[in-house]
Amino acid sequence: MSDWLFSFGQALIDASWWSDLAWPLIWALLKVTVVLMIVLGAVTYATLWERKLLGWVQIRLGPNRVGPWGLLQPIADALKLMTKEIVRPADSDKALFFIGPVLTVAPALAAWAVVPFGPEVAVANVNAGLLFLMAIASMEVYGVIISGWSSNSKYAFLGALRASAQMVSYEIAMGFCFLVVLMVSASLNMTDIVMGQNKGHFASVGLNFLSWNWLPLLPIMVVYFVSGLAETNRTPFDVIEGESEIVAGHMVEYSGMSWAMFQMAEYANIWLVSVLVTTMFLGGWLSPIDSTFFNAVPGWIWLGLKTFAIMTLFIWVRVTFPRFRYDQIMRLGWKIFIPVTLVWLVLVGVWMQTSWNIWK
Amino acid sequence: MSNPNLNAAGAAVGSAFSLKDFFSSFFLLELLKGMRLTGRYAFRSKITLEYPEEKTPLSPRFRGLHALRRYKNGEERCIACKLCEAVCPAMAITIESEVRQDGSRRTTRYDIDLNKCIFCGFCEESCPVDSIVETNILEYHGENRGDLYFTKEMLLAVGDRYESEIAACKQADAKYR
Repeated sequence: MSDWLFSFGQALIDASWWSDLAWPLIWALLKVTVVLMIVLGAVTYATLWERKLLGWVQIRLGPNRVGPWGLLQPIADALKLMTKEIVRPADSDKALFFIGPVLTVAPALAAWAVVPFGPEVAVANVNAGLLFLMAIASMEVYGVIISGWSSNSKYAFLGALRASAQMVSYEIAMGFCFLVVLMVSASLNMTDIVMGQNKGHFASVGLNFLSWNWLPLLPIMVVYFVSGLAETNRTPFDVIEGESEIVAGHMVEYSGMSWAMFQMAEYANIWLVSVLVTTMFLGGWLSPIDSTFFNAVPGWIWLGLKTFAIMTLFIWVRVTFPRFRYDQIMRLGWKIFIPVTLVWLVLVGVWMQTSWNIWK
Repeated sequence: MSNPNLNAAGAAVGSAFSLKDFFSSFFLLELLKGMRLTGRYAFRSKITLEYPEEKTPLSPRFRGLHALRRYKNGEERCIACKLCEAVCPAMAITIESEVRQDGSRRTTRYDIDLNKCIFCGFCEESCPVDSIVETNILEYHGENRGDLYFTKEMLLAVGDRYESEIAACKQADAKYR
């Protein structure tokens, strides 16, 4: 389908400047636009799903006034936020104050470039996909620090300090998780990582979902998921917002659309971590069982379902657990996750050298 | 951080290292227990009442908007005894009375300032002829400053309009009075 569209556009104008230069550029922009639309749509409706689920667990109904079942609630929220005034504190740094939210939301969206939505369906199928993701994920902390610093408010600054320390700490555990996945799939390319999960003993008997990485790398998946919680500053690791002590952390001075950008970044990151868990451990777009019916379902539906399940887990965790104390967060990151991932890294390494290596 | 006697989840385990506690926290057993509980709650039937469509039942004694009642023949009940004015703790009631042509004492002015009213129901309790009552009406509002200053005509109009409901409430509550 996409190949056909590409060649159709290429044939529109019979000139080399069009088919070699202009059209590939337009094509890339089109792909980016489509992916951004999907991601931003998912982001807006993630807020609704979160509020619904939070409501259900608290034996409430959740938003149900705007549109049927509250389905238009995110649109109403967006309209409200767009019409609100953006207030800039008097002594804040004007340029940095507005760059902060942009720098927060940009990496969260840029990371989607390497996410594979199906075989050969990605904005950029780069070979160093995992490396790109790590680099982009580390950029995230800049937006938080800059917005916290430029707000000229002690609460925002404290929030930014906490955020930077926490995000940097959990990045390490996350990096080790990436490393284990990289080791077993012998590739940094996201598409190859997915395809590498489609083989093995269980895949040959048709139970594909048992040969995905989640089973042999279960501890790594758990560590990655919890690090993802910490990385996206979700409960129980949301001391960064800490509304009971520092009001809303780095977001305290922001209003209207600039505040909404932080929220967009948060939910885009949640989706990103969910889709990465799916890609690295749950077989991406692959169907769980090798049968004609399951194989007939398009890959993006499998990817969507798995991602949605992980994203629901994010909300489930949020609604269940209270906030960690800050020293406990640091302790978990440095004294538990890093040793556990390191030990597992060595174990998997030894495993791969033995004759029982299942990732050949 | 300073306390060495903490297990992986940060719970105090005493001085002795307990392997059981270590594993139960390392394998996130308590956390999974908590998530099982919240997961069950998500499927409970909801207690939310969708207000404009659904409403809670009201007691016949509910103290809402005030009304002045009439007898069946159209004669207003109030005899201007001013007990309600005297008992009103918020001093929201103002009454002026005169002798009417037929020699009976009637009010010429009966105002309740609903901005002052605390809806204690003392006026209703003090009334010897069940004239001033508080109805079940709770959905009313004022859009201007004086809108909640109810005069005798307005109170009588409320009473005329909702007489059947008021009478039903009085009837339901009669055996307890």
